[in-house]
Amino acid sequence: MQRKTLIKLLSAFVFLLTFASCGEKPTTTREERKQEVKEYVQHHLLDSHDFSLFSKTDENGEVHHYGFPLPVIIWDEGLKVFSSSKFHHGETVAEVDGNYYKLEHAKIYKTDASGTLNYDQDNHPTNAKPIDLSITKGVFMMLLTAILMFFLFRGLAKSYKNNDGIAKGFGRFFEPIIIYVRDDIARPNIGEKDYRRFMPFLLTVFFFIWFLNIFGLTPFGVNVTGNIAVTTALAVIVFIITTFSGKKDYWKHIFDPLGDGMPWFGKIFIYIILVPIEILGMFIKPFALLIRLYANMTAGHVVLGSLIGLIYIFQNWVGGSLSFGLAFAISLIEVLVALLQAYIFTMLAALYFGFAVEEHEHDHDHETEVAH
Amino acid sequence: MEKLIQEFSLGLFFWQAVLFVGLLFLLRKFAWKPILNAVNDREEGIRSALASAEDAKKEMQNLQADNEKLIKEARAEREAMLKDAREIKAKMIEDAKGEAKAEADKMIAQAQAAIEAERKSAIADLKGQVAALSVEIAEKVVKSELSDKQKQLGLVDEMLGQATLN
Repeated sequence: MQRKTLIKLLSAFVFLLTFASCGEKPTTTREERKQEVKEYVQHHLLDSHDFSLFSKTDENGEVHHYGFPLPVIIWDEGLKVFSSSKFHHGETVAEVDGNYYKLEHAKIYKTDASGTLNYDQDNHPTNAKPIDLSITKGVFMMLLTAILMFFLFRGLAKSYKNNDGIAKGFGRFFEPIIIYVRDDIARPNIGEKDYRRFMPFLLTVFFFIWFLNIFGLTPFGVNVTGNIAVTTALAVIVFIITTFSGKKDYWKHIFDPLGDGMPWFGKIFIYIILVPIEILGMFIKPFALLIRLYANMTAGHVVLGSLIGLIYIFQNWVGGSLSFGLAFAISLIEVLVALLQAYIFTMLAALYFGFAVEEHEHDHDHETEVAH
Repeated sequence: MEKLIQEFSLGLFFWQAVLFVGLLFLLRKFAWKPILNAVNDREEGIRSALASAEDAKKEMQNLQADNEKLIKEARAEREAMLKDAREIKAKMIEDAKGEAKAEADKMIAQAQAAIEAERKSAIADLKGQVAALSVEIAEKVVKSELSDKQKQLGLVDEMLGQATLN
């Protein structure tokens, strides 16, 4: 019964949506619209220096942005802080303390007063780039997520104390997930002895990625976890933790994988190949983490953006509702992917920590170890 | 790859690293440790509660077994007591019967003895009376006969014929 009404509502919504799109007189050609959608999606994937909720083009062809500016912090012969509204969404040159800066594809370049950018043959600007530590849209979202997480989980922690050890309030929803991370991610991969040390990191990284993934699906969609810099930072932290918690066996596995099973003059020829591979493996593991998260989230955003964009390209009944249906289905899948990617990142991080802290008796290990 | 490097934003990297590490330490202190401790404590609590419930169950079972044993013992004791009582009763009846019989026998014997004695004394008495009577008769006979000789002799004969001694 409920399902039927839901389907009715949905189809009514699709119907209205297609009517709305049909009502507008297409003023641009399909090719132009395609280009526009492509640019829009690409722009959306990038970080931005202001938080724009939506933008609108009026009859005169002028673009109006609705949103709020964010602080720009750059280091260019001294710290300079100013509001991103000075850039006017990259349309004008910002003048700060006698220097001129221009925003191009979410990057700040130092220019002359008229804002000329010199391009090299690959179409990249060659102007000097000041060190940009701005509170961008992504940083803003991360701050928001961090604050949300802090209050959410502190509330949960407090509720235990105030309620005789039983969770209460909204945080209670996350208690089973915390227990799941502990019992099904940390314990089996790291081992009963050491898992406690890594729990804070695993829980933080899991919820951080999950929440940011989910925020990326909201209409103000901020593609934070689909940004290579963010995933790199996470992977570097994983790498540092893995390297610093590596025990004797971990290093022995890298620099002396065959152990005492072979005389040194035999091993030396194998090790010329094997040891560099093992060392490379140390870096490839976190690298795989960062690429996986980046690629999955970016792909999701590109697909969703393109499908929503298709509605504007088709501008007819069939294509519009079809695109909407597809976009809706993909959104549902993306909600799952958001959780799944957080799980995979946490799971693999736990696995790497497990390798680092693994200790085994030295009689039976090496045959099985070399195999993986 | 080149596009990735182009897209890489140092600022975002910096903020992400700083924010994440900050969040990690804050959450570790204020959230994860208390949460995990609380969850652990609760699990410990549940485990110990289950264990104590199991213990209580065992204790209960022991008690029940004890009770049953006690009941059994009590029942056995009752049986034994009843049996004893029955035996005692039977014995008492038996004894009483024996005693009564002995008493009765004794009384019968005494009665018989008394009867015998009475009879004997009665016979003795009778004998004396018979003797006295005989002597009287004999005197009378002798007196009358002494007057009539013929008659005397006839009377003696008659008397003797009549008197049947016991």
